[in-house]
Amino acid sequence: MALSTHVSTARPRFIFVLSLLLTLLAGPHALAEKAAGDDFIMHHVKDAHAWHFATIGHTPITLPLPIILYSPDRGLELFSSSRFVDAHHHPLPYKGYTLTHHEKIVALDAGRVFYDLSITKNVAAMLMSVLLLLAIALAAARRYQRNPQVAPRGFWALLELLICYVRDEIAIPNLGPTKQKRFMPYLLSMFFFIWLNNLLGLLPGAANVTGNISITLVLALFTFVLTNLNGSRHYWGHIFNTPGVPRWLSPIMVPVELLGLFTKPFSLMIRLFANITAGHIILLSIIGLIFILQSTWAAVISVPFGAFMFLLKLLVAFLQAYIFTLLSAIYLGAAVEEHA
Amino acid sequence: MDLITPSFGLIFWQTVTLLAVLFILAKFAWRPILAAIHEREESIAAALQAAEKAREEVMRVEEDKQALMKTAHKEREQIITEAIATKNAIVAEATSEAERASEKVIEHTCALLEREKETARGLLRNEVAVLSIQIAEKLLQNELQHNTQEELVQKLIKKAHWA
Repeated sequence: MALSTHVSTARPRFIFVLSLLLTLLAGPHALAEKAAGDDFIMHHVKDAHAWHFATIGHTPITLPLPIILYSPDRGLELFSSSRFVDAHHHPLPYKGYTLTHHEKIVALDAGRVFYDLSITKNVAAMLMSVLLLLAIALAAARRYQRNPQVAPRGFWALLELLICYVRDEIAIPNLGPTKQKRFMPYLLSMFFFIWLNNLLGLLPGAANVTGNISITLVLALFTFVLTNLNGSRHYWGHIFNTPGVPRWLSPIMVPVELLGLFTKPFSLMIRLFANITAGHIILLSIIGLIFILQSTWAAVISVPFGAFMFLLKLLVAFLQAYIFTLLSAIYLGAAVEEHA
Repeated sequence: MDLITPSFGLIFWQTVTLLAVLFILAKFAWRPILAAIHEREESIAAALQAAEKAREEVMRVEEDKQALMKTAHKEREQIITEAIATKNAIVAEATSEAERASEKVIEHTCALLEREKETARGLLRNEVAVLSIQIAEKLLQNELQHNTQEELVQKLIKKAHWA
């Protein structure tokens, strides 16, 4: 009796762990088999025009994504990414474009100018995460409007905890109790967008959204624009006429300060991108060791260490969202600060 | 697409999406949520303050009650003391009054008795006087009939003989 209850409770957990490991291993395994020596890690970390989940045997399981191209001569062109491969999954040119091995669309006519606005794997993943975020946040808002006096429970209590954390630990200390109200929606949006995408990026088969330099560039750019749009007289005065510094030093000080203006968003961009991408690369390398060494014994080290890395990445997912939000709040705080 | 080369399409979609998301979340999610949280916090703070005030009020009322009780106690004791004093005075007065009344009655009775005694004595005296006079009269009468005395003695001796 005792044994059977023990088994019945232990089994789902065991199956869950097993399936998690299998899904973690399935992708790299298939890729490693497909092309030994091919950098499957980079393939995993980078963006793609189709959503590749796994390869079983020699059949890749792939979700085709829409290719959107704009060129001054042809206008808008829209077609499926499956047009770039034939029935045997070999590359195929289509409408004068071809997809390179590095997932880049190039025109066969080298002189043509066009813009690639395709819904890539990262765009699709980002859009889905945004829909999830909107669903959660709007559902929460409806709950608050229905009964604002009742403290939420369960998942919604966690959400409120995080909201209050961002407000009390990030916004109020850096922006002050009155000015924080103006920037709280921005900070909350950034925090939850980054955290959610960090977490979703940890799922097997998911896209590496926040580990993509284009995404972090836009995120950093938003903070940069918002900071400088809200720059007070004091803020600009600090840049062009740093208090306490002799006037004759300004030829050095002004360029340095102007450079500082741009290094802030640059560091935001690089920090998030590098942390998330590095985490993915390390985890994939650890798991990939099994296939590179062609030995099951490598799993004895790879699996526990991989599990540890996964947990570390869970922490980093939160930490990076927190750091990005905190630094944004600090930059905004410096911009709106007003001295006598 | 290289790792550290930003791609135009991704930047475009991310910018558009982020702008939309920021707008929607700010307007329909974060502002209502933050307002609700703020409102709840205010109401909790207000409730706590009210509770504190109520507690102070209760304490003050309690103090008032205690003070009132104390004065009431004192008053009651005073009233009781006064009542006892009054009772004692009344009892004492009543007793002395009664004593005086009984004394008066006794005095009166004594006087009456004295008077009655005097009257009785006078009457007795009169009676005795009358009796004395009558005896004297009888004695005188006997004296006057001296000759019969002998006869009387004889008669008595005879009687004694026969006896």
